[in-house]
Amino acid sequence: MNPDKQLTDRWRSSELLLLGGSAGSFKILFRLVSILRPGLDKTVLIVMHRMRNHMSEIEPMFAQNSSLLLKEISDKDKIERNAIYIAPPNYHTLIEKNGLFGLDVSEAMWFSKPSIDVTFESAADSYPDRCTAVLFSGANPDGAQGLLKLKQSGSLTIVQDPAEAELPEMPLAAIKAGAADRILKTDEIFELLGS
Amino acid sequence: MSTPVQNVTAEQITEITDIVKKIHGFDFSEYSKASLKRRISRVMMVKKLSFYDLKHALVNSPGFFQDFLEEVTVNVTEMFRDPSFYRALSNEVVPYLTTYQHIKIWSAGCSSGEEAYSFAILMDKFGLTNKSFIYGTDVNTAVLADARKGIYTLRNVKTYAENYQLCAMGGTLSDYFTTMYDAAAIHSELKVNTLFSIHNLISDTVFNEFQLISCRNVFIYFETSLQERILDLFYRSLSPHGFLCLGSKETIRSDKFKKKFRSVNAKENIYQKIES
Repeated sequence: MNPDKQLTDRWRSSELLLLGGSAGSFKILFRLVSILRPGLDKTVLIVMHRMRNHMSEIEPMFAQNSSLLLKEISDKDKIERNAIYIAPPNYHTLIEKNGLFGLDVSEAMWFSKPSIDVTFESAADSYPDRCTAVLFSGANPDGAQGLLKLKQSGSLTIVQDPAEAELPEMPLAAIKAGAADRILKTDEIFELLGS
Repeated sequence: MSTPVQNVTAEQITEITDIVKKIHGFDFSEYSKASLKRRISRVMMVKKLSFYDLKHALVNSPGFFQDFLEEVTVNVTEMFRDPSFYRALSNEVVPYLTTYQHIKIWSAGCSSGEEAYSFAILMDKFGLTNKSFIYGTDVNTAVLADARKGIYTLRNVKTYAENYQLCAMGGTLSDYFTTMYDAAAIHSELKVNTLFSIHNLISDTVFNEFQLISCRNVFIYFETSLQERILDLFYRSLSPHGFLCLGSKETIRSDKFKKKFRSVNAKENIYQKIES
């Protein structure tokens, strides 16, 4: 079987696209929301490390750049398709089995709230084998353990090539943990998710 | 530092919540599942317990349940958390509150008291201290003891002071604290009009009438069915045209209660009771 076809099939059959990143990921994610097609038929969830007390500055920017509905999550929001959700600052975002988002203000992980690990782990629990997850640039190892759980539960896990990441520590930690199904160059990630 | 690795199943969580309900009378059955699972896994990791050990401890170790409750319920809070909320309170709610003879405020799920003292400071700023009283309640006796002390680490108070500056209320937070070594104690004048006591939102009932109830970042741990029952408790605890404040990411989901409250500030989730 052609490995690229296998990759494309797994992406196409997934219901939830999870995008995680920290320092150095903003520009990529900003560009990425513009290439996601309106008829995507998936839910997109972005978990990005953000500053405290900087509430909703990035949502309008992302919304302008995207043809999909984009919103910052409120507690118990219904998880809808063809929408891009952004994990709010000062909360962890969880995915409930009953199709709702949940929020949590408990301890920061890796000094981060939202933590990528927390969201990815709950997705592995609630949407096993139904996710595609991508981990981008960052300066700490958040996301690696969550990505590993997703991989183990049968979801497709992709890590940005550390050589292309502005800050390679986050992708490197995921690769070291054995959490990556694929390590892809930025262009390859865009080509896949735009397809 | 890393996330818990203990894998507990949904069935095991139900087993735990059943034991807790039967033996300790505390009902976790309508808590949000993903978060509850994370908290219980965390208890097992922190206390180094297997699933079997945890069940055993809940049944056989008398003091263990308080520890469990403290770990499972989230006690992360800040003074002046979400400065934009306090700005909205100052501009849109306080002018209304000043018209009441007495201002009774309930900080529901108060944890270590930071929000209750934030309200005490807010009342002071508007010269309303003499006619205000602030009740803080929680299910957790240990955090209530901390709330009564009103002593916080300097590291935390530094964060609170940054929040306070963003509230644009004038002065600095240090005006209200006495610093000792690596801790800061809230001034006793602010404590005079506060009372902290145990109250369980799930099983306890109305205990007073309030002009303002604040319950922020508590609903996120509850399923919508439980949220609705607690909204009913709040509705019955509010004076005519009293205010209800939820967390910045919490809204009234219940159709029944959407009709019983009007939105004062949709972004900050501040509501006002409508008389029916």
